[in-house]
Amino acid sequence: MILEVDGLQIHYSTRAGVVRAVDGASFAVPEGRIVGLVGESGCGKTTAVRAIMGVLAENGRRAGGRVVFKGQAIDEVATRKLLWRDIAYVPQSAMSSLDPVYTVGAQLVEVLTKRGNASRRAARTRAAELFDLVGLSESRLSDYPHQFSGGMRQRAAIAMALALKPSLLLADEPVTALDVIVQRQILDMLRALQQRLGLSMVLVTHDISVVAYLCDDVVVMYAGQVIESGPVREVLARPRHPYTMGLRNAFPDLMSDALELVPIGGSPPDLSDPPPGCRFAPRCPFVLAACTTSAALIADGGKQTHASACLRDDEADSLRKAAMDPATWQRSSNFAMS
Amino acid sequence: MAERAEPVLPTRTGWPLLLVLRRMAAMPLRDPFAFTGLLIYVLFVLVALFADQLAPLDPLEILFTKAGKLAANVAPSADFPLGTTNLGRDIYAQLVHGTRSALAVGLSAAIIVAIVGTVVGLVAGYFGGMADAVLMRIADMALSLPFLPFVIVLTGFLGASTSNIVFAVALLLWPNSARVIRSQVLTLRERAYVEAARVTGASSWRILFVHIAPNILPLSFVYAAIAIGWAIITEASVNFLGFGDSTSVSWGMMLQDAFSSQALSRGQYAWFVPPGVCIILVVVAGFFISRGYEEVFMPRLRGR
Amino acid sequence: MATLVELRDVVKHFPVARSLGEVVRGEHPAVRALDGVSFDVGSGDAVAIVGESGCGKTTLGRLMLKLVEPTTGSIAFDGAALANLAGADLRGFRRQAQLVFQNPFDALNPRFTIYRAVAEPLLNAGIDRAEHMDRVAAAFRRVHLPDLDRYLDKYPHQLSGGQLQRVVLARALVLAPRFLVADEPVSMLDVSVRAGILTLMREVRDAMGLSAIYISHDLALVRYLCERTLVMYLGRIVEDGPTEEIVRRPRHPYTKALVAAVPVPDADQSRQPLPIKGNVPDAREPPSGCSFRDRCPYAMSRCAEETPPLRAIGDGHRMACHLD
Repeated sequence: MILEVDGLQIHYSTRAGVVRAVDGASFAVPEGRIVGLVGESGCGKTTAVRAIMGVLAENGRRAGGRVVFKGQAIDEVATRKLLWRDIAYVPQSAMSSLDPVYTVGAQLVEVLTKRGNASRRAARTRAAELFDLVGLSESRLSDYPHQFSGGMRQRAAIAMALALKPSLLLADEPVTALDVIVQRQILDMLRALQQRLGLSMVLVTHDISVVAYLCDDVVVMYAGQVIESGPVREVLARPRHPYTMGLRNAFPDLMSDALELVPIGGSPPDLSDPPPGCRFAPRCPFVLAACTTSAALIADGGKQTHASACLRDDEADSLRKAAMDPATWQRSSNFAMS
Repeated sequence: MAERAEPVLPTRTGWPLLLVLRRMAAMPLRDPFAFTGLLIYVLFVLVALFADQLAPLDPLEILFTKAGKLAANVAPSADFPLGTTNLGRDIYAQLVHGTRSALAVGLSAAIIVAIVGTVVGLVAGYFGGMADAVLMRIADMALSLPFLPFVIVLTGFLGASTSNIVFAVALLLWPNSARVIRSQVLTLRERAYVEAARVTGASSWRILFVHIAPNILPLSFVYAAIAIGWAIITEASVNFLGFGDSTSVSWGMMLQDAFSSQALSRGQYAWFVPPGVCIILVVVAGFFISRGYEEVFMPRLRGR
Repeated sequence: MATLVELRDVVKHFPVARSLGEVVRGEHPAVRALDGVSFDVGSGDAVAIVGESGCGKTTLGRLMLKLVEPTTGSIAFDGAALANLAGADLRGFRRQAQLVFQNPFDALNPRFTIYRAVAEPLLNAGIDRAEHMDRVAAAFRRVHLPDLDRYLDKYPHQLSGGQLQRVVLARALVLAPRFLVADEPVSMLDVSVRAGILTLMREVRDAMGLSAIYISHDLALVRYLCERTLVMYLGRIVEDGPTEEIVRRPRHPYTKALVAAVPVPDADQSRQPLPIKGNVPDAREPPSGCSFRDRCPYAMSRCAEETPPLRAIGDGHRMACHLD
């Protein structure tokens, strides 16, 4: 495992109180694999990744848990210093954070010389190599960001992230803002990178179709917690947590014959005052009384093959059958309107 | 979900203008600086209102001592708290009555600037085209004029009265607020809810007054508050330079008189320090209030 | 089936700021947002317009609601040309044609209460105030927001995205329109909420007999709402037909690439290379002839010389391509 996250807790202090944005998340990234971190807005996926990189906002802090990279426990301060070379982070706004007054090549060279201690000549050669890696033509090095299309800017942002030969790439919604054809090209490029460089990746996204296309493993987050994790094929075909089952139903599938999208009633909880027990309980069609008092978090640093944070995990197969019937979800959607 | 027999109309119809005005009024309660500024204004307004009670002596009356001599440059005493001028006039009375002139100047300039600037900004920003081009060119011309010299020249033409000074100041100050408001209107015009209003058949005027105007009102207040300070200082400067109406009672006139009778070299501080301090206080108060409204308008300016 | 909306050869150019050289040479470069679009929308139809950014779909939606005027070409609603509408006729049109927005957080004036926001179209249409409450209540019932009193006095920032989008829909429905244009109505909502809104839109459409246009870049979503899909590329319709046909048996090379590019929630999906090359060309200078030819794997010399017309290739199915 190149990265292990165990019981991570991130708290934000706001005017409304303490928001427990991440409250006990555990997952692991095997070396050389692509892990998709998937969930809806407010689930804590972006926060978790930023915490790993040590780039939380001012009012955020790690309140508990461990992050272990290549066998070494890292705290926020250490992360920033050492690991910006070994862990690369492509934030959500990477496309628009290229400096408009310098050419893209110049920015790449700057990263290589200032942080990578390369000579200017070596940096230029490496910049051309990097562009080649991400599928951009070398002649484009002398262009300015506004001359690049959205997809090209994203490729350039990824090239910058790869400049210092990291072993782990954390990408936050790298294809969300792109058109579907460009999106596919970027995803293919990421897969090629993984194969060529043996790069491990964490891809944060809300789109399980993207995860299905690109990722080897998936970690599903809900309301600040990891509720299911495992190989992509397993989790998508045989989900064990009701939320994942519901998510699967709510996602349109271009190729399926079913023409029914089933919503999950209600909305995610307020993280400054989360409900006791399982956070999905208010919306879960399979809720038991026990679910509202105790939660079943994924323990063991997420090293199990296919783990689910559900008290009824042993009944997963029968629950899954019931989840495929839209009527199951209609009952729970009467409790609260989303 | 039981059906009600009689649906109840909501108590608040949610008039955006009222909401905004309420927020504007409440602002000083949240910002200690603006609150201080407001207090200063309130103080001066009270002084202006009760000037006759606070300073029964006529500020322009030339006073004589009991012995029949001119009561000139008398030191501060029980009878004359700040002393008298070189012409035997009570300084304290002048200070107190000067408040009226200062506030009149400041507030009228502020109102004119706010109204003209806002209307021009709204019309130019929303309707664009010829109206925008013409209005903005006029604004550019006004902006390119040097401030004080122009006021002086204008009052020279029109006559050296306080109202002419106010007129000249307003003439030069409205373009600033108009331009900023216009650019804000340009942004607001593209917002989805404005488009929604168009789709549901709202007329342009309706959109302007119901959707756009409330959102730029804080800006109008900002510039109005700034205008108060500018107007008062300009009036004081014009008077100080001797171009103003010498029969008026104002702080600027006081400074003029003090200067021309060499109060500084004679050490008669009680004459020119009070009016100077008053000018500073009013202008700073205006500044604090405008800063407060700026933060209402752009909450991101507030600290986290 | 009566035709409700008719577009004929609609062209929309947006002029672009000119460089000095262009001014001197007398050139007028423009972005050709729409380059000759013709189609009909029948009463009760649900038509999807899909395409990537820059294809002109958003502009098309705005044109159909007379929020923007075409450069040339005609648009008619219920037989009346939009260009001729003014005054009372225009107000009448506005009552019948409404828009559902992409961003629910921005589609409502943040200073209006929810009641005020939904009642605004009634005010604009001059409907008697006594009727407002009933109509608003009816609209809220349609969008399944129970407990009217819970929402009426609230402000937009107090509601969730899903609730807001229902309010936006309620506002669009309060005048009982005949025609709805929905511009990416769920793209800014969370996935688990989208399904609810889409199902709602389908239900409303059926219940009210609305004709609707759904603009989206997401082909997978429009399948759930629309029987017919128009695929656009660089301001032109390249394929127009039944949604199932478009998705299962795409005919136009661009449609084929588009369909192949959409990921599905299946780990065993195809990862074949896409049948498309290069990037979207500059909208100011599209390629001559067929605008797709520089990316098309089947391009022939004819494609550069002749713009392929949109012609019928099957029942209710048209395509603009020289291939057969």
